[in-house]
Amino acid sequence: MEYIALVVGFLIILAGLWAIMTRKNILKIIIGFSLFDTGLHIVMVALAYVNERTAPIIDGTVLAEEAINKVVDPVPQALVLTAIVIGFGVTALMLTYAVRLFKSKGSLEIADFKDAKW
Amino acid sequence: MLRNSLIFVLVIAVGVIFYSLFTQFDGNDELSDLAQFYAQKENIDKVGSANLVTAVVVTYRGLDTLGEVTILFLTAAIIGFFLKGKLEEGKREVRPSSEILQTAAAVLIPIIIVFGVYIFINGHLTPGGGFQGGAIIASAIILMLLTRPTMPFNHKLFSTIESISGLSFITLGVLGALFAGGFLDNRFIETGTVGELISGGAIPIIYSFVGLKVGAELSNILGDFQEVQNEK
Amino acid sequence: MTYIIVSILLGIIMLLMTGIAILHKNMVVAIIAAGVVSLFASVLYLLLAAPDVALTEAAIGSGLSTIIFFYVLNKIRKNNVAE
Repeated sequence: MEYIALVVGFLIILAGLWAIMTRKNILKIIIGFSLFDTGLHIVMVALAYVNERTAPIIDGTVLAEEAINKVVDPVPQALVLTAIVIGFGVTALMLTYAVRLFKSKGSLEIADFKDAKW
Repeated sequence: MLRNSLIFVLVIAVGVIFYSLFTQFDGNDELSDLAQFYAQKENIDKVGSANLVTAVVVTYRGLDTLGEVTILFLTAAIIGFFLKGKLEEGKREVRPSSEILQTAAAVLIPIIIVFGVYIFINGHLTPGGGFQGGAIIASAIILMLLTRPTMPFNHKLFSTIESISGLSFITLGVLGALFAGGFLDNRFIETGTVGELISGGAIPIIYSFVGLKVGAELSNILGDFQEVQNEK
Repeated sequence: MTYIIVSILLGIIMLLMTGIAILHKNMVVAIIAAGVVSLFASVLYLLLAAPDVALTEAAIGSGLSTIIFFYVLNKIRKNNVAE
């Protein structure tokens, strides 16, 4: 199962990368960034998976004594947890810049921003 | 044309890197050394959190979480700065939302907020915690904004909540440094039995403040976007 | 075995939705497709034994992100019609 998730994650990353570089509309580019994010998170969670094990929470079925042999790796999950929230912040920031660009030029097509080169 | 082929070559190159990474990966059969340390019985009892992810987020990597809420705070501040521009040409005409949505929202919003609070108070026992609870509270706020589009958004209230919880977060961290092992150590309060609501030392308190802070920050961001809608 | 079949199905749907999100001309469809990718990703996290991450992704990735995309899209559309 983690192999399937890895393949899916890598393909979504590649699709996001391609979208970032080829799309002409700024909103589409931002969608590409958020897809890239999602793919990266899937890859990280898939790397944390351990065969036939369950979530890292101690309760009736997973006792503290045997946790070491029954749970998956909690560290990448904690990292992905914060990464998702930061990813939302970054997306919101990019959308803010998109709104500002739209206010100044009245368009979001990359071709209309010729004066941005320096 | 050259540009397109260069992009194609780059994507293929990254794909080859990913392919070699994939072929070298042959599944995990046991935990890494670091995770084994976190999952040992004595360390679970020492921290007192049943949810190991919470234990990592709040105590072992508490400093990362502090940095993370700081980044979110900066993002919210920058968004407020850029979107707050001038409120030119007055407000737009808004069609009021339907009766059904208004009634349902009045019933649902308190329940959603209570659910968010439940999620971050139980963060050390069940899946969930400050970030998830904060996001759920922010989605209650967005429902409120969708129901009454012209409602003035009280940024000051959310900024106050955010500052107070941020300050309390750091104060708790310093208390940990003074009375326990180090900055953001949760053991200056009795850790209790793993699996009970009042356990884990300061973890539920710290995570509640993180939840309030994240919820207020996300609500501030959403309120800024809502105000951009209202200016013409 | 069931998990493997379910995850293959989820993967196919997610890749399909990624394609739609990138290639579709209509921006509304593209944004919703990107939201659906996040939503199915959260189911995949659940299968990979990460309920915390699944909860976060469902609330933030597919809820709030989609909403702010629509806010910006609404802002842009309205101005286009006015001019």
